[in-house]
Amino acid sequence: MSIALFVPCYVDQLKPRVGLAALDLLRAAGLDVDVLSDVACCGQPLLTAGEEPRARELAAQFVDRTRAHETVVTPSGSCAATLEIHGDRLVPAHPGDRSRVVELTRFLSENGNLPDPDNGFPARVGLHASCHALRELRQGTASETRTAPRPDPAAALLARIPELELIDLTRRDECCGFGGVFSVEEEAVSTRMGLDRLADHRRGHAEVLTSTDVSCLLHLEGLARRQDAPLRILHIAEILAEATLGPGWLERNADRSGDGPR
Amino acid sequence: MGHVERARAFVANEDRTTWHDEALWFVRAKRDAAADTTPDWEALRDEAAGIKRDVLGRLPELWQRFEEEATAAGARVHWARDAAEHNRIVHGLLAEHDVRRVVKSKSMLTEECGLNPHLEARGVEIIDTDLGERIVQLRNEPPSHIIMPAIHLKRGEIGELFHDEMGAPEGLDDPDALTALARQDLRGRFLGAEAGITGVNFAVAETGSFVVVTNEGNADLGTALPRLHIACVGLEKIVPRASDLAPFLRLLARSATGQPITTYTSHFRGPRATETEDGPAPELHIVVVDNGRSRLLAEPAFQEALACIRCGACLNTCPVYRRSGGHSYGSTLPGPIGSVLAPSQDPARHAELPHACSLCGSCSDVCPVRVPLHHQLLTWRSHLAEAGHHPRRRRLAFRLAAGVLRNPVLFERITRIGRWLARRLSQDLLDRLGGPWSRSRAMPRIPERSFHQALRARELEKGR
Repeated sequence: MSIALFVPCYVDQLKPRVGLAALDLLRAAGLDVDVLSDVACCGQPLLTAGEEPRARELAAQFVDRTRAHETVVTPSGSCAATLEIHGDRLVPAHPGDRSRVVELTRFLSENGNLPDPDNGFPARVGLHASCHALRELRQGTASETRTAPRPDPAAALLARIPELELIDLTRRDECCGFGGVFSVEEEAVSTRMGLDRLADHRRGHAEVLTSTDVSCLLHLEGLARRQDAPLRILHIAEILAEATLGPGWLERNADRSGDGPR
Repeated sequence: MGHVERARAFVANEDRTTWHDEALWFVRAKRDAAADTTPDWEALRDEAAGIKRDVLGRLPELWQRFEEEATAAGARVHWARDAAEHNRIVHGLLAEHDVRRVVKSKSMLTEECGLNPHLEARGVEIIDTDLGERIVQLRNEPPSHIIMPAIHLKRGEIGELFHDEMGAPEGLDDPDALTALARQDLRGRFLGAEAGITGVNFAVAETGSFVVVTNEGNADLGTALPRLHIACVGLEKIVPRASDLAPFLRLLARSATGQPITTYTSHFRGPRATETEDGPAPELHIVVVDNGRSRLLAEPAFQEALACIRCGACLNTCPVYRRSGGHSYGSTLPGPIGSVLAPSQDPARHAELPHACSLCGSCSDVCPVRVPLHHQLLTWRSHLAEAGHHPRRRRLAFRLAAGVLRNPVLFERITRIGRWLARRLSQDLLDRLGGPWSRSRAMPRIPERSFHQALRARELEKGR
């Protein structure tokens, strides 16, 4: 199986360590991975802003440039959802003739052989469910639905990590309020949603907040830093890398983290 | 002023926002508990959604049958193309019967059509009898929720209102006492009413009957005494068979409030029987209203929104609605369903409503008839942008971004310079340049290298 890693534009620029963690995890799982370097964006920001013709161009480019790979893995539920859920609409010329785009934790759960996370991760961790992973890609069971339980690969991977204590949230899948262009245009409501999300994690005494999606995390991290909240924000790939490839993986890659001191 | 500004004003009151969010979340939790105790909840949603989709494919045939059956049962059916025609018909009927005082129950449609001001301007007194509706009517403001019209108000505020309007003792805020006072006030109005107006939850084609569900029983009270009953019904509210009512009645109250069923499920078929011979026979008139619904039906992307049964579950679950309040939407129906329906009524006025949404998808997952609300909101965004209703600044910014994102080499060059510059700025300055993003959030710390640069650097180190 031919696999490519797609590191979305905002992860590439703002959280490069998340991309490195994804790559190192895929390789540690014994998978042969190509890194996509000739495509920056899946088209999502254009689609959600209403610029659908532009979104189509970007999605078509994505499809063309990933055609050689059977599967594209990405550390982003929302980018995967853009192509998996809206793909037929965005790239109507290629229905079915597209590589599968799979969110990282689902891919790692279903493929390869990730070593046991023996190094552990001694912390109380809150898992923020990304709406797009949950309600578009159906990774996990949304609290609204009464279907048979669906596996949540992110929670399952974290549950394997020794010394990691997953906290309970009062509202287990409430949106954080990022929402792309929403976060800027509806700044007041977006902020309030994010603060409520942080408060829920604080009630559970979380030391670390994690998610499958960097976009949710950038929003929550920005709010937490403004509050001087002692909450560490890490993408799930970073936690998995530390527990599986560490100890010290996070530290070794700190200069690429975007979260170290200046 | 649009949703953004009104929502900002609402959120500015932190305590009220907390209270509003929690009050509605409580209703959502009751809905969850009701879904838990209903076997095959998802199959029930499928069944209801299936009936509605079948109905939307053959509305003319079903309404024709309804008219035949309703007429045979002694009712009269009227057809209104739009709000103005609806108001004209209703007022015409009232004038014909020399009616000056009307009581009304359970109708968002008459709200949509602006019936109250239309009648008041013509000297007809119209009283909303459902408690929440009565409260917002006394406050001279629109409902802020489909089934809990006064959910934005605290009981103290209602006490003040009743003090001013009904002579309640000052400081009264006991819900039971306030309700009792309103009942007392309304009782006289029921007795004096010369006509009753109700909405319709479901019209049944095969019987020519219709169903109104309420908790307060005002639809029954308001139509039991007067000789004239006018029922106003939206074009989408029909089902083929009486047996189709079962899945909807099971879903509606559970989705709306978590009740297994509403207190009253009232079936009306033909005018009520005359008990005494001392006056003209009672009449039942049914006004079927289009008002943009057939236009929506012709839009494949949005027609499923006509399946809506007005339960309000999408409002209760919407994280934006809960924190911005119903009045922030500026449309008849607030929340996700309102943001889907309003742009089809007036695209220029409501062009920004589809953006009052983080696309979390919770609305689509609670919807008892599976309207894909958040995907429709996404689709509205491109429809409205193409129709020229989006601000030029947004369009320009995103087209510029698309130009850069389409070209990975250009993207890398521009971001390299951008990051180099940004790393030389203090957090303070960075935040000042961050615009609305950094009003409440720190700008992210900018890493020295992008992922792709870091990867190349790492490979070089290894090669050495």
